[in-house]
Parts: sequence; C-alpha cells; structure tokens
Amino acid sequence: MCGLVGICDTGGTRHSGEDVMRAMALQHDRGNGLGAGYAGHGIYPELPDHYALHLLFENRAALERTEAFIDAYYELERAEAIPTRRTDGIGKAPLLWRYFVQPNAKKLSDSGQREDDYVVYGVMHINTHFDGATVVSSGKNMGVFKGVGFPEEIGHFYRIEEYGAHTWVAHNRFPTNSQAWWGGAHPFSLLDFSLVHNGELSSYGINARYIKQFGYVCTLFTDTEVATYLFDLLVRRHGLSFEDACAALAPPLWSAIDAMEPAARERATLMRDIYGSAMLNGPFAIVLGTNSGMVAFNDRVKLRPLVAAVSGDLVAVGSEESSLLEVLNTPDYVWAPKAGEPVIARVGQPFDITTATLHTTAERSAA
Amino acid sequence: MSAVFDTNPATAAPIEGYRPVAPVVERDGATAVVDADHVYYRELNEAIQQLVADGVRDLTIRGVNGQRYIGNGLTETDLRIRIQGVPGQDLGMFLGGPVIDVDTNAQDGVGNTMESGEICVHGSAGDVVGYGMRGGRILIRGDAGYRVGIHMKQYQNQLPEVIIGGKARDFFGEYMAGGRLVLLDLNSQLAGPALGNYTGTGMHGGEIFVRGTVDACLCGREVGVVPATPEQLETIRPLVTRYCEAFGADADGIMSQTFTRIAPVSSRPYGNLYCSM
Repeated sequence: MCGLVGICDTGGTRHSGEDVMRAMALQHDRGNGLGAGYAGHGIYPELPDHYALHLLFENRAALERTEAFIDAYYELERAEAIPTRRTDGIGKAPLLWRYFVQPNAKKLSDSGQREDDYVVYGVMHINTHFDGATVVSSGKNMGVFKGVGFPEEIGHFYRIEEYGAHTWVAHNRFPTNSQAWWGGAHPFSLLDFSLVHNGELSSYGINARYIKQFGYVCTLFTDTEVATYLFDLLVRRHGLSFEDACAALAPPLWSAIDAMEPAARERATLMRDIYGSAMLNGPFAIVLGTNSGMVAFNDRVKLRPLVAAVSGDLVAVGSEESSLLEVLNTPDYVWAPKAGEPVIARVGQPFDITTATLHTTAERSAA
Repeated sequence: MSAVFDTNPATAAPIEGYRPVAPVVERDGATAVVDADHVYYRELNEAIQQLVADGVRDLTIRGVNGQRYIGNGLTETDLRIRIQGVPGQDLGMFLGGPVIDVDTNAQDGVGNTMESGEICVHGSAGDVVGYGMRGGRILIRGDAGYRVGIHMKQYQNQLPEVIIGGKARDFFGEYMAGGRLVLLDLNSQLAGPALGNYTGTGMHGGEIFVRGTVDACLCGREVGVVPATPEQLETIRPLVTRYCEAFGADADGIMSQTFTRIAPVSSRPYGNLYCSM
C-alpha cells in the first residue's frame, strides 16, 4: 500500500519539515510501522558545496572501516552524529552519522573520473565492501532521514521540523516483498536525487542487470533502489530531461505509440528501443526529489494513487488528497495526474499547469 | 549544523495526525452534528454507528479530512449523512440504504461493494468508484478517476447505477458484469476526451451510456459501441433526472442530446477459450 508525499516551493522558500510530517501523519494507515523516511533538499545552506554523506552503521567496525575510507579518499570538513531524540515506537537504531566532504583532489585527479562519478563510485564501494555500512544519501545541500517506524515517529526521532527545505519528499512504508530494515526504508538517494515509491517493480531484475553495466550495484534488498539509480543514469549521465526520463521509465504502450503522429511515433519508438531495459514495469507511484525541484509520475495504467495540488508557489503531490489539504491553504488546483504524465515542479519557475491537461479555471468558467 | 527552525527538543511531541478520541457531538432529537476534525476513523465511525443506533436520522459530519470507511455497512433507509470535507478511502462501503452527501471531493473506492442507498459527491471522485457494487446509486458531479464500476454486477431487482457529470479515466466499466454507468462530460476539470482508454475491457454484462460520440478505439474488444436508441435512452431518464435534482441541471436538455451506448457483444466472451461448447 504505502503512502507518499512531495512538497516543492517553486519560489525557493525553505519550509520546516513540520508540514511534510503533518501530511504524512494523515497517511498513517497507509503504512504499518515498518519503514518511513524524509528527504530534504536545501537543508544545509551552511555547507552547500560539500557532499553530505549520511551513513547508517550496524556496528562500530563498519563505522571505523568507512571512516578510514572517507579519510583516504575525501577531504573531511565536518563529521557528526545525526541529531536524534528518544522516541516512543522507535526501537534500537543503528549508528547514524553524517560527513561533509569534498573528494581528495589528488585521488580524484588520479581516478580520471568526473567529481560526481567519483562520489557515486565511493557510495557503491561502501555499500558493497563494508559489511554493516549503508550510504543513505550522498548529495550536496540535501539529506535523507529514514528508519523503521511510522512517519510521525521517524520524523520526531530525526527532529525533521528543525530542517528547512525547498523540496521535501516523504514515505510511509508497508513492506510486502522485502524485509523491513533501516536502510530499506524510503527515500532511496544518490547524489542530489531522492526517491520514494508506492508499488512494486516487477522489472527489478532486468533493470538491475541493465544498470550494473554502468557501475551501479543494488545492495539494499528492495526494488525501489533501482529506480533511483536509473534517474541518475538517465538524467545526470545521459543528460535526458525529466520529461524524457519519465517517458523512458514509463513509456506509452505500443498501441498508443502506433496511434501517434509520425514524428512523435518515431521518437517514442526510439526511446523504447534505447531504454527498453530501463522501463519500469508493475504498479507504481514515484516521487523524485532533487535540488532543482520535484518529479512525480505513475505507472501507465494507474495502479497506484497519486493526487497533485498547487497553492501559489507550492506544488504538492501525495497518495491521498486529504494529506495535501492538511498542509495547503485552499489550493488553486487539485487533480489526479494522468497515468504516465509527470508532474514536474522546478525551483525558480512557476508551475506550468498546462502540463497537467486540465482546463484552466478561466476556460472552465467560460464553458 | 545548527537548527534552522527553533524547537525545543526536550518537550516537542511527535506530530499527531488523527487523534483516537470520541468526536464532539451536538444532538437535537433525530438530528446530530459530529465534529470529525482530526478524529481517527475508528472512533468517528463508532460514534456514527452509536448515534444511528440511538435513533439519529439526519447526521452532519463536519471537519472531515481523509477518514476512511464513513457509512460502512449502515442499513437504515431513512438515514441521511452529510459530509463536509474530503472523506477517505471506501466511503459508503457495503452501504445498504442510507443517503450520503459529500460537499466536495471524495477519494478512492467510493461505494465499494455498495448494496443500496445513494452516495452523492458534489466534487470529483478518485479511482475505483463503485468497485463490485451490486445495488444503489452513486452520483458524481465532477470527474472520476480510473476503473469506475470495475466488477459491478446486478441480480434480479438489484441494479447498481453510477452517473458522472464530468469525464472519467481509463478502464471505465472494466470487467463489468451488470448495472449501468452514465457519463455526461459536462462539468469537467479535465481536458481531452470524455473517456480514457480500455473502456469496457472484459465487460460481459450491464451497459454504459456516454453523452456524445465515443471513439471505438478507446473501448475493449468485448463491447459494441453504437448510438443509443430512444428506447434505451429512456431507461436512464430517472437517473439523469435524479442527477439534475441533486446538482441543478436541465434534465430535458441533457436527454435531448445524442448518447452512445457501450455494451458487451456476448454474455460469455470467453466461453470457447478453454473448451468449445
């Protein structure tokens, strides 16, 4: 079942995590206490140019090995335990630390990699080589806070209301096919992307094999991880727009492609040919948080709910309309996005309501 | 990192969504007003059931936002429930007689497995309206989402009906086995055709009426798409009239327009799939 929420202020104003927690609290019953999490984008304005590595350690040895790796390959600006507070309902937590780092200049130069690829390589190295260590997030000026519990509890535990973000995404988990553990809660994150998902990706096997050849290793025992890496591959590395990335991940059915105009048909066919192995099959609603905004989209036959609302500069998406109304004052628009039609909010640009195939208010009153 | 927003970690309590407390009730004879503001659905529905058992027949529930299962299983035919706010999933599930009125939008699963009575939504509704419905009536003033009327069925005098004032998304009448869906395409927030794709896919009973024409390529292979005859159209007049009473529209004006009827071409479309008979 799962519940998700994304809130983006396209004006760039940062909002306390309290709102997103209130929206999640209203979707309490969409989860079962076995996973919840938040990602905030824009939360570290004091160190905006450092990679904020959020780490989860199941034991001291994992922490020590990881810190030795960070010392060897990165310049450490600051290391600290992630602030938490005792919260009823949250059991024994792993060790939770964050490290603000820059790649070691010489090591980076020797590697011959781009800086962001160097960081991705480091994330994959920690996740695959250091037993008991998991990188929860690795982007600049953003961070993921997640664990086993209900969203109100996890939010309280991590003191989410103390952070300010222009874009928040959040998740309430009802695990069905994989185990509940701290690293398996959503969001899943790599560099500046954070991703939450309701549903299941029956294409996980083929997707995971596809991205493995680009150096991504799935280690977190759940399907959603692969969607996060696919966005990194398609958008950051291949340079696709978010619109095109969504069209690759949730392409139109062949019958719909056949009915298109020639130019659109050729393009859609090309996308399916190139990115056939990236296609996400199965029921899903996905929200991607980024340092430039938010993207939400559904599987092509709408097997999971997704509602969107706009109120001034705020664009919000979620599994239930009620959770959006909890935090938005009399929205200008509330609608259920069409299957496969992404809702894209960009910080610095007013939301383009015409992308939603809705009648505008003026058109409707004229009709 | 210093905190951006001042809080007091020592005293701050977790955010509370719904509270597991009995709602405040103002009662006057058979009339009652329930304040559902942030009351958990379980306590809210227990209070509703208790009030109805105590003889309340005109119930207003205000401050509703997301509470599930409102009206679940109630069977009093003289009961009217007015909901102010957006009710949660499965509004009127197993409803067996009462009338429920929603002043704004509804979420997913309106009238799930509904038996009789009426649900009237003044805004739009989410997905799977009338899922497995076997009687009663659902009126939606605005749009509806995906899979309206999925698995709807009829038996003898039990004929479920859903009328939607706006547009609907894909899989309208999917696996429908009986009952009636009417789509007016009048008050829509949505641009594009009245219906989505895969209308009537797997349909083997019941009928769908859509104001205007329907592109047959939007429909499943199990259905025929033809203009409704005047006799067929007369069968939906009571439903259209009821819709117009509820939302204020001109029934004669609507009924004077052309409608398309979508109905299965065979009652046993898969009869020969595994063994011919």
